[in-house]
Amino acid sequence: MVNRQEHIRNFCIIAHIDHGKSTLADRILEYTGALSQREMTDQVLDKMDLERERGITIKMQAVRLNYRARDGKEYQLNLIDTPGHVDFTYEVSRSLAACEGALLVVDAAQGIEAQTLANVYMAIENNLEIIPVINKIDLPSAEPERVKKEIEDVIGLDASEAVLVSAKMGTGVEEVLEEIVKKIPPPSGDREAPLQALIFDSHYDSYKGVIAYVRVIHGSLEKGTRIRMMATEREFELNEVGVFRPSMATVEGLKVGEVGFLAASIKNVKDCRVGDTVTDADNPAPRPLPGYRKVTPMVYCGLYPIDNVQYDDLRDALEKLKLNDASLVFEPETSEALGFGFRCGFLGLLHMEIIQERLEREYRLDLITTAPSVVYRITTTARETLEIDNPTKMPPQGKIEIMEEPFVKATIMVPKDYVGTVMDLSQERRGIFKNMEYMGENRVMLTYDLPLSEIIFDFFDQLKSRTKGYASLDYELIGYRESKLVKLDIMINGDPLDALTCIVHQEKAYYRGRQLVEKLRSLIPRQLFDVPVQAAIGNKIISRETIKARRKDVLAKCYGGDITRKRKLLEKQKEGKKRMKQVGSVEIPQEAFMAVLSIDDNK
Amino acid sequence: MPVGLYVHVPFCLKKCDYCDFVSFTAHRDGINQYLSSLAGEISLYSDTLSGEEKQVATLYIGGGTPTCLETAGLANIIETIALHFDLSACGEITVEANPGTVGLEKLRTLRRLGVNRISIGVQSCSDKHLRNLGRVHNFREAVEAVTAAGEAGFENIGVDLIYGLPGQTAGEWRECLETVSCLGLRHISAYSLQIEQGTPIAGRIAAGELNPCDEDVEAGMFSDTIKVLKDKGYRHYEISNFALPGRECLHNQIYWRNQPYLGLGPAAHSYFRGARYANPSALEEYNSAIAAGRPAFIDAQTVSPETEMSETVFLGLRLIEGLDLKGFSQRFGKKIEDVYGGRIRGLVRDGLLEYAGGFLRLTERGMELGNRVFSEFV
Repeated sequence: MVNRQEHIRNFCIIAHIDHGKSTLADRILEYTGALSQREMTDQVLDKMDLERERGITIKMQAVRLNYRARDGKEYQLNLIDTPGHVDFTYEVSRSLAACEGALLVVDAAQGIEAQTLANVYMAIENNLEIIPVINKIDLPSAEPERVKKEIEDVIGLDASEAVLVSAKMGTGVEEVLEEIVKKIPPPSGDREAPLQALIFDSHYDSYKGVIAYVRVIHGSLEKGTRIRMMATEREFELNEVGVFRPSMATVEGLKVGEVGFLAASIKNVKDCRVGDTVTDADNPAPRPLPGYRKVTPMVYCGLYPIDNVQYDDLRDALEKLKLNDASLVFEPETSEALGFGFRCGFLGLLHMEIIQERLEREYRLDLITTAPSVVYRITTTARETLEIDNPTKMPPQGKIEIMEEPFVKATIMVPKDYVGTVMDLSQERRGIFKNMEYMGENRVMLTYDLPLSEIIFDFFDQLKSRTKGYASLDYELIGYRESKLVKLDIMINGDPLDALTCIVHQEKAYYRGRQLVEKLRSLIPRQLFDVPVQAAIGNKIISRETIKARRKDVLAKCYGGDITRKRKLLEKQKEGKKRMKQVGSVEIPQEAFMAVLSIDDNK
Repeated sequence: MPVGLYVHVPFCLKKCDYCDFVSFTAHRDGINQYLSSLAGEISLYSDTLSGEEKQVATLYIGGGTPTCLETAGLANIIETIALHFDLSACGEITVEANPGTVGLEKLRTLRRLGVNRISIGVQSCSDKHLRNLGRVHNFREAVEAVTAAGEAGFENIGVDLIYGLPGQTAGEWRECLETVSCLGLRHISAYSLQIEQGTPIAGRIAAGELNPCDEDVEAGMFSDTIKVLKDKGYRHYEISNFALPGRECLHNQIYWRNQPYLGLGPAAHSYFRGARYANPSALEEYNSAIAAGRPAFIDAQTVSPETEMSETVFLGLRLIEGLDLKGFSQRFGKKIEDVYGGRIRGLVRDGLLEYAGGFLRLTERGMELGNRVFSEFV
């Protein structure tokens, strides 16, 4: 047992979407026998349906593998999966803190992408050993040598010993495992010291309560121990310790350096914060481990049930999701138009869409999502500072001294033929050009300062479609800057619809108002009477359209004596009506509330 | 209570491009098999029904295209019914006919067999629109069918028209109404075109080959129909139906008044002894049930009092005179307001329903938005 620690390797995989991270992880699981080939459904680690559908990883998973290396020794490898999308940088930072090393997987044909770069830098900052892996070498367009050079030039890592892999064909997997064993240092904790285990994730199990994913940094964790959460100071009886293989399997205990899970009948997720340190209540560590950087939501929107009786269900569902997703924040709010709901904060737009979809699919809620907003900072004439995460709360123009909005530093990597296109897009979105750098002969890295509000507004989709999918994007918050912003109100049938209020740049207000009004006219079905749709800044109407009254809604034929068919048609119509939100005397479909997001700039 | 008898003839020379009724291309073997099954179904009912239940109030032979059967086949149907049911009190025997399938001889035979009403599928006065609809005839042939019916001794002749066609203008439709209303017809049905999913015309619209009629234009056509036909002396008695006084279709009123009817043939529906029944649409399924000596229907649903009330309301409101409030109370033992009070108040407030002389009826606006009104009662 002396050197048990010596035979543990904790690692994660850093890769851009589609560069083959999940396939490589699957191969590793297969190779080490964690799963037989027959048990493999594609991409085992992407557990959620949504993840599989979108081909992305959202939630982390952690798997323990056993590997007999060429040196004849048996190693315990803990693979901690990481998400690859820009919205989930926070989750990446959590996986990194539980590892000593990382595989940097780069597509042999595509090279490094913006998001990869950001995550690698984060790994380097965390002192992780990085093993470059060049994947998809089976592709005819693969250029491993060029990619190696790119890794050296752009990141400054020695790539001479990069492992060449085709996860698809299964080649190079053993070499990857050997590199892990050889290069990644074993965990360095003190097994005699009082227990300190880092909670890097959690999920909620309806039988066992909160399941915390932990990495033991010092000491050891045994069943029956009385544990204390150092931040919340709550204590629990530890009733289960286990590992993921990849399904959950109970073990006697977790020793120093090991990764696994614990269950202690923790009913309230607030008592088990991700980033907190677990210690032994009877022999506590003097201080907690350094936590993660605090997660700050970037995007806010309102979530409202279409039918107000679902309000409590929505709150329960949000609380349940929060159990597995510490980055989700929400608090109750009310809207004149929509009634009772919640203002929710997300890491980004994808995160927001995923939460919304999960609420609708897994919890069968019919929801209205209001236009997303960033957090604006306002200094009033009375010298008060306000943070506004809901556009309707913006004070009247006359009371605003200074208005600031969050800016990001955006890094965009793109083949050189698309530089002009990306510059146009960034310009349209009020971007401030900062830098342009060649990475090899063909690719360019552009740096812009951009308002975050412009990024959440469809920027990524536009970037992808205008560059035929070649561009990649990463961004980080760089602080607040003063902007000329105005509040754009939308009025339907003469009444302001608070859920559609947005804050826009002054120069774009007219254009945006017109687009929004046109879009709404096409999305809101014709009603019993003419319905005017207007956009206004303050008291000034800047755009107006009319939804003409419904003129014809009747079935001509009687379908012989088939009354049942007729009844079904009428029932369907009634159902459709139920899915609309009645605002005043106007029925508004769900999509209309998202209109602000789907406006195409090119039209 | 005497019943309405409906016979479905599921054959056509060619199915029209907008049609999603059950109809097959006519061919001899299929028709013969159908005729023998139908005769079997008639005698099967005759064995199980009481004498009172066999009293027929109206007989309606519809389709498909009943007149694509040969004269002998049609005669066979009517004679078999006459043999097994009691037609002595039957006030109306209708046969649906399509231009191109009715000659003078066939019409004369029908008249002789006691058919006293003929409904001809004219659909449009424009050959261009008839082609777009996938009809097999032109307008001249449609007029010839009407003339032949008169010559054969039919006095009660009606036609079906469709408006709101792709590319149709308000002017074209008005002209069509003027033309048709000069043909001396007793009854005119004017339906707006319903684009049913899966029909060829829906495909051509989806492909951009045809432009669907604009909602406002179509609504204008509806009010023009009312105006023009009223001027010509026709009474608007149901959303899509117009007749000279006393020539309203008795059979269809049975549906709208939610009274019992018996449907014979594939895909026919019945409302009988407080339940709704549907025969299978597939010919083979229909044939084999009858051959096995059992009723063909595959679906039987007992109508609860609540459903009966709701159906009575949404069917009855299709009639222009509206729903007879006293009749409703007598039928259900409670006032309509006790059941639907709130909904009726809302619809009256929105200007879609109104009370008039003991009836609850659609306003003119309510007629345009009938479904909106009806769906409140399901």
